[in-house]
Formats: sequence, structure tokens, C-alpha cells
Amino acid sequence: MSKIRIVHYINQFFAQIGGEEMAHVPPEYRDGAVGPGLALGSAFGDKADIVGTVICGDSYFNENMEDAKKKLIGFIRKAKPDLFIAGPAFNAGRYGVACGAICEAVREELKIPVLTGMYEENPGADMFRQKVYIIATRNSAVGMRDAVKKMSALALKLANQEPIGASSEEGYIPQGIRVNLFEEDRGSKRAVDMLMKKLKGKPFTTEYPMPIFDRVDPQPAVKDITKAKIALVTSGGIVPLGNPDHIESSSATKYGRYDLDGVNYLSKDAYATAHGGYDPSYANADADRVLAVDVMREFEKDGKIGSLYRYFFSTVGNGTAVKNAKAFAEEFSKELIEENVQAVILTST
Amino acid sequence: MRLELGYIPITDIQFGDVSKVENGVLTVDSKTVEALILKDERIVSVKVDIARPGESVRITPVKDVIEPRVKVEGPGGMFPGVISPVDTVGSGRTHVLKGAAVVTTGRIVGFQEGILDMSGIGAKYTPFSQTNNLVLVITPRKGLGSHEHEHAVREAGLKTAVYLGELARDLVPETVEVFESLPFMDGLKKYPDLPRVGYVQMLQSQGLLHDTYVYGVDAKKILPTIMSPTEVMDGAIISGNCVSACDKNPTYVHQNNPIVHDLYARHGKDLNFAAMIITNENVYLADKVRSSDWTAKLCGFLGLDGVIISEEGFGNPDTDLMMNCRKITDRGIKTVVITDEYAGQDGASQSLADAHESADALVTGGNANQVITLPRMDRVIGTEEYVGIIAGGWDQNKHEDGTITVEIQAITGATSEVGFAYLSAR
Repeated sequence: MSKIRIVHYINQFFAQIGGEEMAHVPPEYRDGAVGPGLALGSAFGDKADIVGTVICGDSYFNENMEDAKKKLIGFIRKAKPDLFIAGPAFNAGRYGVACGAICEAVREELKIPVLTGMYEENPGADMFRQKVYIIATRNSAVGMRDAVKKMSALALKLANQEPIGASSEEGYIPQGIRVNLFEEDRGSKRAVDMLMKKLKGKPFTTEYPMPIFDRVDPQPAVKDITKAKIALVTSGGIVPLGNPDHIESSSATKYGRYDLDGVNYLSKDAYATAHGGYDPSYANADADRVLAVDVMREFEKDGKIGSLYRYFFSTVGNGTAVKNAKAFAEEFSKELIEENVQAVILTST
Repeated sequence: MRLELGYIPITDIQFGDVSKVENGVLTVDSKTVEALILKDERIVSVKVDIARPGESVRITPVKDVIEPRVKVEGPGGMFPGVISPVDTVGSGRTHVLKGAAVVTTGRIVGFQEGILDMSGIGAKYTPFSQTNNLVLVITPRKGLGSHEHEHAVREAGLKTAVYLGELARDLVPETVEVFESLPFMDGLKKYPDLPRVGYVQMLQSQGLLHDTYVYGVDAKKILPTIMSPTEVMDGAIISGNCVSACDKNPTYVHQNNPIVHDLYARHGKDLNFAAMIITNENVYLADKVRSSDWTAKLCGFLGLDGVIISEEGFGNPDTDLMMNCRKITDRGIKTVVITDEYAGQDGASQSLADAHESADALVTGGNANQVITLPRMDRVIGTEEYVGIIAGGWDQNKHEDGTITVEIQAITGATSEVGFAYLSAR
């Protein structure tokens, strides 16, 4: 196999052009490795070569971003790399932003894998962690050796299109995407170890930082419920018998829309649940227990509500990703609004 | 309470005319097992089969997994209040056929039975690919309701495990492990300088095919209570539930509760494993509030410094987990919680249905929505008819070449929330 060709990006400081006073220098290209690229190059051994280095002053890049990116990509394209690496930027803020931005641009324009490295609190980390792999480094160049080791290992995997492990295995900053991995210790031992650290006041790392929840404020009350058109929506999995849309018993990827015209109650010969997270016996015996069509029809007849909307929407809320649930609702809510539905009764299980 | 566990290693399983254990080989007389199970008139037929580690065998839909054990000294017998008469277990001596398991399967009860592959990539995700399994394929009487069906299968598995366990009664164990928990005052005196650590085990009790039994009592109907951790080793807690296969605790996992074992491993060294508290996960809000209040109160009464809380199931019980964590933390007790995640197949959604800032030390069993393709197996014990409808499967997930694509949710024990497995996520 031929050697992997890599182009490396560094700023004016690491190119030894100068410090802050030289941050205005425009993009340039040099053959081979420069500065930290030498360490990276030797870490690759005979597997990869840094064929060229692109350099840009931090001020120039951040103040002329579009122009800088265009010029740099021109240089990079000519060098025909298989992979692009930027930094590591450690805790240098403008350099971090530049590394993230040029990585993103190179991936988009040249369709090759990209990689950078920086300290977790570098502003560039927050801006680009979800877009590119960023190896977590220490906050200064003291951490160069460790950064080079992790960056070179992940770089080879990316270039060879090998599967990328979880952030804790590869050393990159978590991207907000959960990736499974096998640990050396079983979960119970990890829990005991974590508890002992917590008890002793030592630092510990949770395996899942608590998410921030999307809270929905209640809507104002319906002014006159006796005139309102009301729809039924459920995550309890009520579907026509036979589950015509094949909604999954767990982790649903779809929802169904079903006609209630002429339906006064949900007979066990016509409706059942597709939900796999609860005992279906009672829902299957009488699906009105989950989707109260019978009561709604009674209320409709007695004038307690305006009317029941003709269609109901149903999915399975069992292990179903929030993203999927949100997408379902965004879609069918449009119809509810168009049809002047004023209230929805949402039932779960 | 002091319990000795004597381990008799089992390295192979086979059929024979007489059931016995010899040189690590468990020989099973299948006719006797069949007769034992068919005593239950709810069951019309049973097929007894064998699955060994490394074989090209798939067992599905799996209901429960049980370890054969026998009580040889001390009060009570295995599975008290269910198979043996009610008596307090957890002291004396118990023999274990380590490396053997009874697996129950057969026509589906709920939607949440599992897949157990003895080889291939799927075997990595289930601990029971490593045990020599006696598999019971059970067919219930026609028209038997699902609750009775589950009950009959549950009892058949337990009875068979007890029958096999009896074979170990007069054997000499290869190794013996001793577990001891001291009364409150004695523990304080013996380990005055060690942190007092407790284990809060949340038992699945959402009801109706989501049940767990404690000394034969439905866990829905318990108030949180204190146990000696050794009691679970004698089968004081059994599984009766059809929650997603990946994160329910089969009876085997209750018998071998890894949190109990890993706390005992450091007991008297740098911690004092002071108490095990069990609580439930009922669906009504009032029950959740009451049980979490009660659990936190017990942790306070016992003067605990730290607590590990384990969940069983997901979604609705995430709320119980967060209530327990918040209320125990509010008493100044340090907590670690164990759960698993449902972050979507792409891993991009939030993982839990509820969250609280007090849960700042969390161990995860991994993302149960991860998709995996399981290879074709030479032999299927049970039936693959249901792999598309069990939780974690979908319509037409079985391919022409015999491979099956599922979420690991469908694999028995894949994302254990008592930390029995090695899987995690970041």
C-alpha cells in the first residue's frame, strides 16, 4: 500500500515566523513538514507522509476567513492529500477556531477526512466539536507529545476508513453522539470505583452528563370547549388490527394516521396495540382504554365538545428516540393546524 | 449473615440416561426434566435442548435464564416462597453449578423476549453465550392467557434449575467464597473508619408481564425494605418480567448480582457494605413518590455515606431513578446511578426520559438502540418467527441470507443496568 499523503495546517507561531506581532501573515505553502509536523511525521513512521504544510497568521485567518479558506484550499488541493490535519491548537483561541474552520472547509471541498486537536475549553472546541474530530489536548504545548500520539493514531484510522471508537477510546472531544464501546471492567465495578472516588472527594468522570431537557410551556386553556374540534394522538401504539403500517413495537421510526369516520368505539376485532413496552392484554381487549374514542363520541353527542377530529395519529413511545418523536409531531401538527383543530388529547401508556 | 458459596465448575453439558455431574460435565436425563415440567397442566409439551459456548446456535425468544444452585446448609431452600417454602435464606452454605444455566424459550408471551447467540458477533453482547445452557422450549395449553403462560414458563425454569442444582448437593466444590454482612451496630464497631456503603436495587414492577418477585411477593406490593445481600444468592429475588431483553435482570443476574459481588470484594478493605435496599418501579406517580421517599428514608436511617442505585428497564422507570437519586443525595449521601441509554439508532437523541442534576455520577450499560446484524446460525432453538416484532426488531429485519438486523435491545443482557456486562457508551 502506498503511503498516506497528509497536508498539515499550522499558525505563524508554530511555523516560527513570529508571535502576535506576525499574526497578520497571509496563507503560504511549504513542502514537507514544519514545526509540530515533524513530530507528527515521525509518529506516522512509514505509514504516512506529511507532504506539505499550509501556514496562516491567526489574525489574518480570523479577519479574512473566506479569503483565507479559499487560498489555503487552493494550496491543499494541489498537494493531493488523502487526509488533512490542523494544529493542535491547545488553548490558543483564534488558532483553535482557524483549525476547526479550515478542517470543516477542507472536508466539504475536498471530500477527505480531517482531524484537529485542541484544549476542551478552546472556543474552537465548542464551535466545531460536532462537526469534526477534535483530539482533546492539554492547555499548552507542554501536551504536544501526548497530542501527537493520539492525533497520529486517529489520523491513520480515518485515512484507512477503519471504524472509529467512542470518544473515551480515541481521545476526541465528545461530539454529542453516543457511541457504544466495551470497557475493561464490567459496569458494576465501574460504579463501585466511581462511588469510592466520589466518597473520597477525588475527581471522577460520569459516563453520561445529564441532558438539558426541552420543557414545553402549557398552552392557554381553550376558551369554549363545547365548540372546539379535538384530535386524539397517542404514543400507546393503538392501530387498526394487523398494524398496517408496521409500526415497530419499540424504537418507532414511523407513525400512523387512521380514519375514525363512523367509528363510535374501538372494537377488539378492529383495533389493537403495537406497543411492546407494556402488557397489551387490556389495550387489545378494549383499545378505548388508551385512545378514548368511545368517551369522545359520547361528549360529542352530548355537546360537551364541538367535534372529534376525523383522524387520529398513533405511534409507539417505547424506546423511541426523542428526535423521531419530534419529527412525527412536527409533521402531523401541520395538518392539525390546517384543519383548525383547537386541542389535542395526547395519551401515553 | 454469613453465606458460603461452593463453586462446582461446569465445562460441558450433555444428555444421558442418568442426570449427574462428573469431571465438570453436567449430564442431563431429559425424560426426567420433561416429566417434571409436564406435571404442570398448563404446559402441553416441552422440548429439552442443549446449547454450548461457541456453537452455531441461536436461542429465541428467550424468557429467563437461571443458574442451578442448591442449599446444603442453613435455613430455607432455593427460590423461597416460590419453589421452596418461605424461610429466610442467605446463610449457611450453597453449592453452585458454575458455568451452567437453564434457559426458557417457546412461543412468545409479550413483545420483549430476547435473542441469545452462542457464537458470532451477537455472542459478544450476551453473557449467556458463555454458559452451558439447558434450553426448555415450552408450549402452553391452547387458549392459556398470557399471564398464566408467563407464570407456567417461569415456574418450569425455576423447577428445572432446582432439579439440576440438587445434583451438586454432595459434591465437593472446587472453590468456596464467603460473604458476610454484619448487623448495624456490629458493622459500625468493626469498621469505624470505613465509609458505609449501601446498594439500592430498583426492581421492575410496572406490572402485568413486568414483574419481579421477592420471596414470592409481587414487588409492586412491597414497600422498600432492607435485605442481607446474601439472600439474593439463594434466589430470594426472581424475574417474572418481559421488559426489553437487553436491560431486564434475568433470575441468573439476581442470583449473581454483580453490584453485590463487587461491593463485597472491597468490603472491610476500603468500604463497609452496610446494606442492600430493594425498591420498586410502579407506574403510578403516588407509588413513585412513596417508594422513593421510603428508600431515601431507609438510607438515612442506616447512616449510609454512599449508595449505588441500579435501574431495571427504561423510560417510565427513569423517573423512579431520578427521584431516588435526588432524594438520597438531598440527605447528604453520595450516589452513583447505573442505567442504560435509548439515544436513537444514530446516537444523537437524549438518552434518558428523565434527568436530574444530582445524577452527576452515572455508569451506563450502553445505547440499546445500536443496530447490529447477526449472522445466520446453523441451528435455532425456539423460533425466529418473532424476531421482527420483539422489542428491538422491526418488520422484515430477517434477510434472505439468514442474517437478522436488530437493535441490541433485543439481545438478552446486552445493556445490563446492574453492570453485569462490559458495554458502555460515550
